[in-house]
Amino acid sequence: MTSSLGSEIPSKSLLEAFDLRHSFVEGDLTTEVLSGVSLKVEPGEITAVVGPSGCGKSTLLYLLGLLDRPDQGNIFLRGKEVSGCDDKTRTTLRNQEIGFIFQFHFLIKELSALENVALPLRKAGNSILESRKKAQASLTKLGLGDKSHRFANKLSGGEQQRVAIARAIVNSPSIVLADEPTGNLDSENSNKVFNLLSKLATDENLSILLVTHNNELAMKCNRVIEMRDGVITNSL
Amino acid sequence: MAIVRLIVNRLSLELAFRYVLGRRRAMAMSLLGITFGIAFFVVTQAQTSGFEAFFIRTILGTNGAIKVSDRFQDMDGTVSRTDQDGRTRFSFRSREESRYTEGIETPHLLRKALSQFNGITGISEILEGNAILDGGSRSYAISFHGIRTNDHISVSDLGNQIIIGDLSSFESDKMSVLIGSRIAQRLMISQGDRVTLKGGTGNIQLRVAGMFESGVSQIDKNRIYLHLAKAREFKGERFSGSIFQVGIQNPNVAPQIAAQMQETLGHRVVSWQEREKVWLDVFKALRVSSAITVSSILLLSGLGIFNVFAIMVIEKTRDIAILRSMGFSGSDASSVFLWQGIIVLIFGIIAGTLLGILATFTISQIPLRIRGIFSTDSFVVNWDITHYFWAILIATIFVSIASWIPARRAGKIEPAKIIRETL
Ligand SMILES: Nc1ncnc2c1ncn2[C@@H]1O[C@H](COP(=O)(O)OP(=O)(O)OP(=O)(O)O)[C@@H](O)[C@H]1O
Ligand SMILES: [Mg+2]
Repeated sequence: MTSSLGSEIPSKSLLEAFDLRHSFVEGDLTTEVLSGVSLKVEPGEITAVVGPSGCGKSTLLYLLGLLDRPDQGNIFLRGKEVSGCDDKTRTTLRNQEIGFIFQFHFLIKELSALENVALPLRKAGNSILESRKKAQASLTKLGLGDKSHRFANKLSGGEQQRVAIARAIVNSPSIVLADEPTGNLDSENSNKVFNLLSKLATDENLSILLVTHNNELAMKCNRVIEMRDGVITNSL
Repeated sequence: MAIVRLIVNRLSLELAFRYVLGRRRAMAMSLLGITFGIAFFVVTQAQTSGFEAFFIRTILGTNGAIKVSDRFQDMDGTVSRTDQDGRTRFSFRSREESRYTEGIETPHLLRKALSQFNGITGISEILEGNAILDGGSRSYAISFHGIRTNDHISVSDLGNQIIIGDLSSFESDKMSVLIGSRIAQRLMISQGDRVTLKGGTGNIQLRVAGMFESGVSQIDKNRIYLHLAKAREFKGERFSGSIFQVGIQNPNVAPQIAAQMQETLGHRVVSWQEREKVWLDVFKALRVSSAITVSSILLLSGLGIFNVFAIMVIEKTRDIAILRSMGFSGSDASSVFLWQGIIVLIFGIIAGTLLGILATFTISQIPLRIRGIFSTDSFVVNWDITHYFWAILIATIFVSIASWIPARRAGKIEPAKIIRETL
């Protein structure tokens, strides 16, 4: 099979991106934010994405997470082209394959920690009981087993972020996209969150793409991708 | 299809419930608006239609459904035409062009002809006339109705309208009279008193057998009943000049029956709807205008709900963004807000209906003395399921629009944009 970039290319990589380009249009002004980014993510790896502010790290993550569409280029998930899929497929893929962690926890304050974590499972069609059981297990994994019935706004910043991580991994995604997950945390909590993520990566063969400004954390990752002005300048 | 998806979407319903509970105050206000809107609607309709129904009942009980009066020579007065379904319908074109002869000339023949019609419950021959009633110290201008007791009770409610005395003593004494309650008041006469009827061929002495109250004040202060034979004697007409009051099983079809009768009998026949058109139109206008006025409460609460939901969507953009990122579709997000509208609506309908029932009942117990076009001693209400139907329908329309617009906006939220803007 030749790589005509039709629908499938033979690949062992979990996630592959080719020549992603993305620009924002504001009035007459078009700013190219990503100017041809290609990368591979392997199972069980933590990859750090670093670079100066505004270089396009978050934009890249939203494209890879199927929250936004590239102007050009292709994204392959398990060898299947996904950037051109319809909204319904992309929505399902986000539910089944991808977990998100952001700088802000995005917990729903009307729900308890457990209910927040159970949401992706419920959406996937699991029963309430099943979802709660799995959500509880996920929270326990993150050291919050005893706080699962607290409401989101009754938790500390570090705890909220750990609940968000529990929610990201609860439906056993193949890749977690984390955009500065420790950005709002002090160094102690940052380390704690990072250690949890790296443990999850090894224990559950989870791929993690981690955008961070924290060089110390980046150095602890399996790989580091450096970006500048919309392109990858270095990939270690 | 969209509705089915919405119903099946239980997760959205649960989220909607949480959101509603999370904004109790705003939701309670919205709920209150719908509740009061529905309740007010029902109560005002119960009252206006209550008085209308009461008026109709009274009118039917007093003057009957159909009156057959003057004989006329038809000059295109009535037009009949045949529908597609083969039924013949009649309508009046113009009575003005007909030449009338006052009253019925051949009552026996007419009675026979009338009894051929279907759905007739009774026929009462009445001789009407004007006279002065002298109660001794005072006298008063009245209109007398000469009746045959048993015939007349078959076409009217006279039996139940007697408030003092009784019908049997009137029936047994050919020289007795039944007097409208307000005439009795004015002339200060009571049961058993002697009164004189003046202004006919000669004065006649009558004994007051009782008083009646129809509820229609125009009648209560103007009418007396005496025996048909006495009325004829007084008026000096042996057979002609009377009218017929006809009772029918279904008063709603009185206009059609009246038209048919007029066509076949060659007499002027008037249904109660035509006779009381002025009042019926007044009631209708009242009912419709109060419905419109009260609907504005529902409109306002609809606007309130729109406002609450529109703010809510803005407030919950982050929630929607993260829900989208974890696999909720745009229509899932919409349905969370639609469900909130449905929740508020359902509770509003339940509370509004209960309050409406309670208020209608309470109002029906309020003592209220009306002595206007009709008399009553308490508020008259009409219990009618269609009032509730309309109130609920109007509330549903307003709430649907009010929640649909914000819900649509929720479905269009771009998750990447919101997440980018949230730090
Ligand atoms: N909606 C938008 N319209 C126009 N330009 C935008 C928009 N969103 C982002 N940009 C620009 O795109 C560029 C890349 O943004 P992005 O958020 O990807 O950067 P980043 O590498 O994540 O930065 P940071 O480290 O500060 O989070 C920035 O220069 C930003 O100003
Ligand atoms: Mg960023």
